[in-house]
Amino acid sequence: MNKLKSPSDLEKLRKDILTKRDPKRLAISVCVSTGCQALGAQKVLEAFKEEIRKHGLKGEVDIKETGCLGFCEKGPRVVIYPEEVFYFQVKPTDVPEIVSKTLINNEIVERLLYTDPTTGETTRHLSEIPFYKYQNRLLLGNNNKIDPKEIKDYIALGGYAALAKVLFQMTPEQVLEEIRKSKLRGRGGGGFPTHRKWESTRNAPGEPKYVIVNCDEGDPGAFMNRALMEGNPHSILEGLIIGAYAIGSHEGFNYVRQEYPLAVENMEIAIKQAENIGLLGKDILGSGFDFEVKLHRGAGAFVSGESSALMTAIEGNVGEPRPKYVHTSEKGIWGKPSTLNNVETWANIPLIINNGAEWFASIGTAGSTGTKIFALAGKVNNTGLVEVPMGLTLRDIIYKVGGGIRNRKKFKGVQTGGPSGGVIPEQYLDSPVDFDELKKLGSMMGSGGMIVMDEDTCMVELARYFVNFLCDESCGKCVPCREGLKQARKILNGIVAGKGEEEDIKTLGEIAEVTSVSSLCALGTTSANPLLTTLRYFKDEYEAHIYEKRCPALMCKELISYYINPEKCQACMICFRNCPVDAVIGEKREIHVIDQSKCIKCGSCYDLCPPKFEAVTIMSGEPVPPPIPKEERLVKRVRKENPD
Amino acid sequence: MIVDRIDEIISKYKNEEGVLIQLLLDIQREFSWIPKKAIKRISDTLKIPVSQIYRVASFYTALNLTKRGRHLIRVCVGTACYVRGGPRILDSIERILGVKDGETTSDEKFTLETVNCLGCCALGPVIEVDGQYHGKLSSANVEKIISGYS
Ligand SMILES: Cc1cc2nc3c(=O)[nH]c(=O)nc-3n(C[C@H](O)[C@H](O)[C@H](O)COP(=O)(O)O)c2cc1C
Ligand code: FES
Repeated sequence: MNKLKSPSDLEKLRKDILTKRDPKRLAISVCVSTGCQALGAQKVLEAFKEEIRKHGLKGEVDIKETGCLGFCEKGPRVVIYPEEVFYFQVKPTDVPEIVSKTLINNEIVERLLYTDPTTGETTRHLSEIPFYKYQNRLLLGNNNKIDPKEIKDYIALGGYAALAKVLFQMTPEQVLEEIRKSKLRGRGGGGFPTHRKWESTRNAPGEPKYVIVNCDEGDPGAFMNRALMEGNPHSILEGLIIGAYAIGSHEGFNYVRQEYPLAVENMEIAIKQAENIGLLGKDILGSGFDFEVKLHRGAGAFVSGESSALMTAIEGNVGEPRPKYVHTSEKGIWGKPSTLNNVETWANIPLIINNGAEWFASIGTAGSTGTKIFALAGKVNNTGLVEVPMGLTLRDIIYKVGGGIRNRKKFKGVQTGGPSGGVIPEQYLDSPVDFDELKKLGSMMGSGGMIVMDEDTCMVELARYFVNFLCDESCGKCVPCREGLKQARKILNGIVAGKGEEEDIKTLGEIAEVTSVSSLCALGTTSANPLLTTLRYFKDEYEAHIYEKRCPALMCKELISYYINPEKCQACMICFRNCPVDAVIGEKREIHVIDQSKCIKCGSCYDLCPPKFEAVTIMSGEPVPPPIPKEERLVKRVRKENPD
Repeated sequence: MIVDRIDEIISKYKNEEGVLIQLLLDIQREFSWIPKKAIKRISDTLKIPVSQIYRVASFYTALNLTKRGRHLIRVCVGTACYVRGGPRILDSIERILGVKDGETTSDEKFTLETVNCLGCCALGPVIEVDGQYHGKLSSANVEKIISGYS
């Protein structure tokens, strides 16, 4: 393809693409992002290709492989155009029917539509699905219309118009001013005002200056950045180039964790295509502005997502943080001024330029503008990615968008902000979600992980989990973080194993206080959050573990026992057959008993006991009743009232 | 043979700064671990001290200094998978294979690893076997998945 030499070349290309496209043309879009892949999307895609071939429709139907639309719970997701019919949980065996009915005869396959779990009604359109109704998908909304490996798809939707506008109609100062007015704050964790960082790099002495995309996304339980980079890589690139222009940088890095192979691949392709077409490299769009980007793969270390650590890694060294007496925006990579922003921060830039700062600032709350993508996961019905205006309440996100708690369990807490965030309990569910409100509750926005927990999650064990994670990921350079976390882990390991002592709670509080004020980087200073919030909101659980040796959530292995209720056991042999260590004693027609000395507490018996019997229970804090004598074990079958 | 391939990978990075991590990732991808030979070659060719290469290779979870089995099973122990029973999936796999996190079975068939997040949190618990993701797992179907690999 020829290089674009002016904004009108870009506009002409866009028009060409659009005129060649027939809006009435049949097309199938299949989500092939990692989530849907895990549910078998590749097989669905192949089935479509095969079916299209069989029907001899090859030249008449486009098959698009697109990115994530967020509703991972109901994947694999398929859309049929031009009618825009959304099908969910599609299996390869459904494909022939979709092709012959929907594609050829324009009929709907009802059972594959979204069905509302309460009303039982089906719907064809996204906007009517509760999961989407409350969202405002400025960033993710195009993912079903874009083949991320095809720059033309992005351009067709007006892509790179913001870049053209910036390069030809705005000075760098005007761009900075626009970003300032938009009140955009960084989406990578701290919520730092983006324009301030940019200005500081722009004004810092030293050349060259660098701009960097942070797609390390080391927060376990978060995948917002992945969806953007896999699904719409050009939106991030466009933002980055605009930032580079405003800052006066000619070299950028895209730091992507290697655990995201598809994100790496799609970004690599996007960079190549942008270069080929003259949107990256020398003299972009004939403006005289030069900018190039390199991709750097991260090798898997949570702490490497921290700004100074990430820059050290780009230099080729071990990605450990360093003291930041001078901000990285002034002295970053190789000691040069460097601006690092999160993927989502960059992706917002073209939107602000295209629609104006006022428009952007009108979304969200006064202090936190725009939308935020959250990775809603854990014990909630609709897991997936949700993009909502800042300021929606936790309750709305969990209940309206997320469809409430799974299996009618009781909500216990929601963890925001990743391992260094905090757990927020029921009484604060009506708090609006924005940078400042979450901080007030002792948690933080972080990058947008939101993990919902129900009554079955033990808060002490959860704190232990996070402390253990942070302890493993601590680089070990500073003492408070390295030693503090280690001691906290030791104490928590003791508590969950039933060896907790009275002073443990106090000691944990002290450790948390010291690490939070004296660590080198934010990994250490925020590591206290999970401890402090669980101690503050769920102290009774700590006390139950310590004083009664009881785990109220029935989760801590050392404190629970599995027990078969002889009144309920119907001797169906299922647990007997599936126990991996033969700890279940029983025979046909003979009530089963668990040999407690053999039991490894794997929970298979509990999982597999048919719900109509519910004979296996978990006990904690009380002794297991002795097994009933052998001669009394003959089962009294409950008469089946319902033959099926 | 191996040395040729190693040299080929190194030559891609010869005149660049700050390449060590990228280079080691490429070696890792090719051999699925970082053989001693490769460390020696990198050190000789790029004049990077062996100690520094070990430091980088041992810091990152994506780089391995021991040989791995034919199949790599990665079990997610990230928060989202954790609250949905990830640890029990790990327990079952450890029991089935008779190895712990980071170990390889004696027949060199499987290596078991834990990871902090595979980015499919919505489908937890998740495991990945040789790049293939398996979501919404239970202890019962894990056994079936593993027995599908030879
Ligand atoms: C331990 C640790 C891990 C971090 N990991 C990430 C990450 O994976 N992605 C990210 O964007 N920011 C991460 N950050 C925050 C970055 O240091 C930095 O603030 C951010 O990338 C700046 O981008 P923003 O201004 O757009 O938010 C991490 C910080 C710490 C302390
Ligand atoms: S927490 Fe398991 S895939 Fe993210």
